[in-house]
Amino acid sequence: MAQRPTRTSYYEELRQRGYSRRDFMKFCATIAAYLGLEATGVGQVVQALENKPRIPVIWMHFQECTCCSESFIRSSHPIVADILLDKLSLDYTETLMAASGHQAEQCMRDTMEKYKGEYVLCIEGSVPTEAEGVYCMIGGRTSLDILKEVGAGAKAVIAWGSCASNGCVQSAKPNPTGAKPIHKLLSGVPIIKVPGCPPIGEVMAGVLVHLITFGRIPELDRIGRPKAFYSKRVHDTCYRRPFYDAGLFVETFDDANAKKGYCLYKVGCKGPSTYNACGVTKWNNGTSFPIQSGHGCFGCSEEGYWDAGGLYVRNQPFPGFGIEADADEIGTAAAVVTGAGIAAHAVMTNVRKKKLINNLIKEGKDADKEL
Amino acid sequence: MSTHNLRRVFVWQLPVRFFHWVNALAIVVLCVTGYLIGKPPALMSSGEAYERFVFGWIRYIHFVAAYIFFFNFIFRIYWGFVGNKYANWKNFIPTNRKYFQEIWQVIKIDIFQMKGKEHLAVGHNALAGFTYFLVFILFAVQCFTGFGLYEAMSQSWIAGLFAWVPALFGGDFALRQIHHITMWLFILFSIVHIYLVFYHDYVEGRGEVSSMGGGWKFIEEEAFLKEEKEEALSDIT
Repeated sequence: MAQRPTRTSYYEELRQRGYSRRDFMKFCATIAAYLGLEATGVGQVVQALENKPRIPVIWMHFQECTCCSESFIRSSHPIVADILLDKLSLDYTETLMAASGHQAEQCMRDTMEKYKGEYVLCIEGSVPTEAEGVYCMIGGRTSLDILKEVGAGAKAVIAWGSCASNGCVQSAKPNPTGAKPIHKLLSGVPIIKVPGCPPIGEVMAGVLVHLITFGRIPELDRIGRPKAFYSKRVHDTCYRRPFYDAGLFVETFDDANAKKGYCLYKVGCKGPSTYNACGVTKWNNGTSFPIQSGHGCFGCSEEGYWDAGGLYVRNQPFPGFGIEADADEIGTAAAVVTGAGIAAHAVMTNVRKKKLINNLIKEGKDADKEL
Repeated sequence: MSTHNLRRVFVWQLPVRFFHWVNALAIVVLCVTGYLIGKPPALMSSGEAYERFVFGWIRYIHFVAAYIFFFNFIFRIYWGFVGNKYANWKNFIPTNRKYFQEIWQVIKIDIFQMKGKEHLAVGHNALAGFTYFLVFILFAVQCFTGFGLYEAMSQSWIAGLFAWVPALFGGDFALRQIHHITMWLFILFSIVHIYLVFYHDYVEGRGEVSSMGGGWKFIEEEAFLKEEKEEALSDIT
């Protein structure tokens, strides 16, 4: 991915690759719909992709499994992969770039210098902080070191996936590498969290197109996720929701209710606590999503989902109370203990305060006789 | 053997009693519906989903009760500033040394049942008052986590006021957990609370149980004669 002498627009690049105007317009309409733009927004997307020079992108891979990249290149529209991956001017990305070694590092350095304050930094993976960050080294440097340097000159940072957004599996207890999400290590630059393990490809494309079209980061919620994709719970857009409201639940995965497609709430579906676009956008060209396949959502886009108990249990266990004990079991046990304590106290009261009680009883009986 | 001459004392004003019973009812409804939301019963049915709204109703009742609980709680805080001396906020928040001494005395006499001077509390005793303060904190925790969870599915600006709560905890997972365990603290409190009301009525005979009905308690008239009520009490018992 050598530097090009002039920065062409996305449209020009696409035409050179043989896409027709019609293909281009279809892509713009699709992505505008994903972004939740109104009809006139399509025109804005078209204009931006026709005129704006390509945004230089540095795409870093730290502690991750590359599932985000995999998801991204499988987004439904072929142009998504083409425009955003081939043409996005991915100046540096370990997984997909042709260059390697010093050549690749030089490439990144060139982009950082030439487009200082302009490039978008995309990050997959969390960053280890224990043992001075040696658990993730690239080109002889720690990822922490690289993040600080590359992050400082970025226009915006996109934290792809749950690793970069909230730590995901690496930061699950006991977190031996001290893995941290990007927002805990980088400040002074806008960070867009796109959580999910992986995030939906269309969502990733949508975030990038928004950046290109409007030249600014999309509207974020309080946690820092794009509102267009993360403002609704999976539960709110779930096609099994009527079963939930009716109180019709799958009790076990092999029961009749499972066959009928009832709600998976009781077999651990975390949809009611998970904010993502799965129910609407779905996966693999809009084919399906976990709940549609009969498997509850396990909340992959939520913070700390690895530590939130079993993937098939709705109630989380409590640390220090055994592996399986949930709030209800602990509460019931505490209520029994309390009841026993009360019984003991009641017995003790009749012993220790016997005189007091007998006086009251006698006084009452005496008064009764007088009446 | 002495005969107690008791005098009627108006302790719990109507708004306090109103708060108490609305609160009690709301907590019962919230705990029952909340438990069902956490662990819904298995309803085997061959009916279609459109025919029923069982879980929807359970949740609806939970949310309605939550609003009642919330505003009732706010009202009680307000009454802590304008109500009578037994309703005042100073009954709940320790502001002086004497308060702690009284807590210790109640622990000795009523909890461990050590021999010693019986304790007269016309309103809340210090330990009860302080416990209610802790329970009020639980009320607040439950309101914050509950409305924080509810916010995502509500258009109401009241729920919207709590939108920052899930963000503070990183999401709904943690909130849900806190909300769930706090329900059990409510249940434990209620068990102990109800027991102790009967306990006090049983050993003191001042009408503790009925006081939340009419607002009256019946205090030995010796307590009115002496300046030091504590001393009076040792004579009474």
